[in-house]
Amino acid sequence: MRLPDSVLLGYLKGMWVTFSNIFKPLQTLEYPEVKRPQPSFFRGRHRLQRYEDGLERCVGCALCAAACPSEAIYLEAAENDPEHPVSAAERYAARYEINLLRCIFCGYCEEACPEQAIVMGPEYELANYSRESLLIDKKIMLVAKEEGFGAHEFGHPCGEKKAYSAH
Amino acid sequence: MNWIDLLVIPLVKIVVVLGAVLTAVPFMVLAERKVLGRIQNRPGPNRVGPFGLLQAFVDGLKIFMKEDITPSQIDKWLYVLAPFCTLVPALMLTIIIPFAPSFTLFGRTIQMGIADLNIGILFYFAITSLAVYGLILAGWSSNNKYSLLGGLRSSAQMISYELPLGLSVIGIFLLAGTFRLDGAQSIIQNQAGGFWHWHVISQPVAFFIFFIAGFAETNRLPFDLPEGESELTGGYHTEYSSMKFAMFFMAEYANMFVFSSLLTTLFLGGYHAPFSLTLFGLSDPVGIYAVLWGLFWFVAKIAFFIFFFIFIRGTLPRFRYDQLMDLGWRLMLPLAIGNAVVTALVVAMNLSAPAQTSLLFVLNVATIVGIDRYLTSAQRRLLNASA
Repeated sequence: MRLPDSVLLGYLKGMWVTFSNIFKPLQTLEYPEVKRPQPSFFRGRHRLQRYEDGLERCVGCALCAAACPSEAIYLEAAENDPEHPVSAAERYAARYEINLLRCIFCGYCEEACPEQAIVMGPEYELANYSRESLLIDKKIMLVAKEEGFGAHEFGHPCGEKKAYSAH
Repeated sequence: MNWIDLLVIPLVKIVVVLGAVLTAVPFMVLAERKVLGRIQNRPGPNRVGPFGLLQAFVDGLKIFMKEDITPSQIDKWLYVLAPFCTLVPALMLTIIIPFAPSFTLFGRTIQMGIADLNIGILFYFAITSLAVYGLILAGWSSNNKYSLLGGLRSSAQMISYELPLGLSVIGIFLLAGTFRLDGAQSIIQNQAGGFWHWHVISQPVAFFIFFIAGFAETNRLPFDLPEGESELTGGYHTEYSSMKFAMFFMAEYANMFVFSSLLTTLFLGGYHAPFSLTLFGLSDPVGIYAVLWGLFWFVAKIAFFIFFFIFIRGTLPRFRYDQLMDLGWRLMLPLAIGNAVVTALVVAMNLSAPAQTSLLFVLNVATIVGIDRYLTSAQRRLLNASA
């Protein structure tokens, strides 16, 4: 054990620690104005991805809903109109709703999805004034056509990057 | 002495000083939050107004608009009386503080302290003891075990620390030959002429004792056992809210202000500049400029001490109760008595002023080194025993 050399100098040393901290850079971010960048594997609000040509990736297989441990996902599939397809396969998700009040943000839906259609996005400011507004549907989750699918590089919690393949 | 001297001038001084102190309190709270924030690498309040300056007023406004809750099973009379018992002595103490040199206006010499008492510093000791009643009454009347414990602690602590506090300044009385704080022959005039005349040079041990005991008297960390947020949920003011709580709060900061000014007056030369401007080939300011020059140094010294109060709060953890009593009774009290005896002996030797100051300085430094050796060996023994 290290024995003290001088008690009073020890106090001064401790005081120097706090005093020098006054001049060190702040650790605080001015939060609403400045936001900390999220890591690629961050599990925020869900997004429904598209292919480059604008077609939805989701084929309405409902594996996400099956994988969801809190049963937060409701999905209704419908047949694609061959003239004006919504998704790249035979079927598409006519209704896709997630109850964010139930969602535990575990990311199992993301892992279950065979098409990498549903991914956990970077948005985390989800507080709202009504319960209804936290039942989100395709209007909110589907990324804009202009944004494409590569606008945000989504990672996997374990570090491997999901490979996005064109159809 | 006519009615102007008796009534008008004191009233003006009271209004100015009281206004200044009560305005300083919210800004001291702000400064505390800012400095504590910086110590913890965060900015502190910075949202309301430029640099968060308006936070002071917003906090005040908020606390006055809170509901004033009176618990049901309390001693109502004492419960209401207690905050006044705490705040009024704190504000009374401001009257003895000399803020700046006296000046002459329309043929009248006006001193910048409200009252130039011939008992000066004794008035401080008398009134500061009264503040204990406020705390113990608050603790008792709240009918709450935490409040009662806080009140008991505060009374024990303040009584213990008043002894070293009072005894430590005996050396200064001996050096200055008076209790008076301001005036021709006074503690402040004894320190005029440069920082080597300040009592902190000739009485460093007394300075440290007075300083540490002052932390205990103002219930500031590391001696905030009466409040003891983590153990007593707020101590004596647990049951107080709104305006009554604000009065306790204001009393704490007013006490801090008074104590800083007292430290300045007793040990740091009060409103005297640390050096004469003639050293730099300039002439010392006269008339109203001398007042402003003195006020500047007084405020600067007070600001330094208030910063130190806050800085210590951000540095040291709270003492345990037995450690508090140990420090007060077994270290500071004997030291204060010893300091008084040694100073008396040195004064009795009738040396010239520089020789007296240097002798006292050497003796004091030797004492501090001796205390350090003693504490270090005590701690080494303790650590060796536990190993």
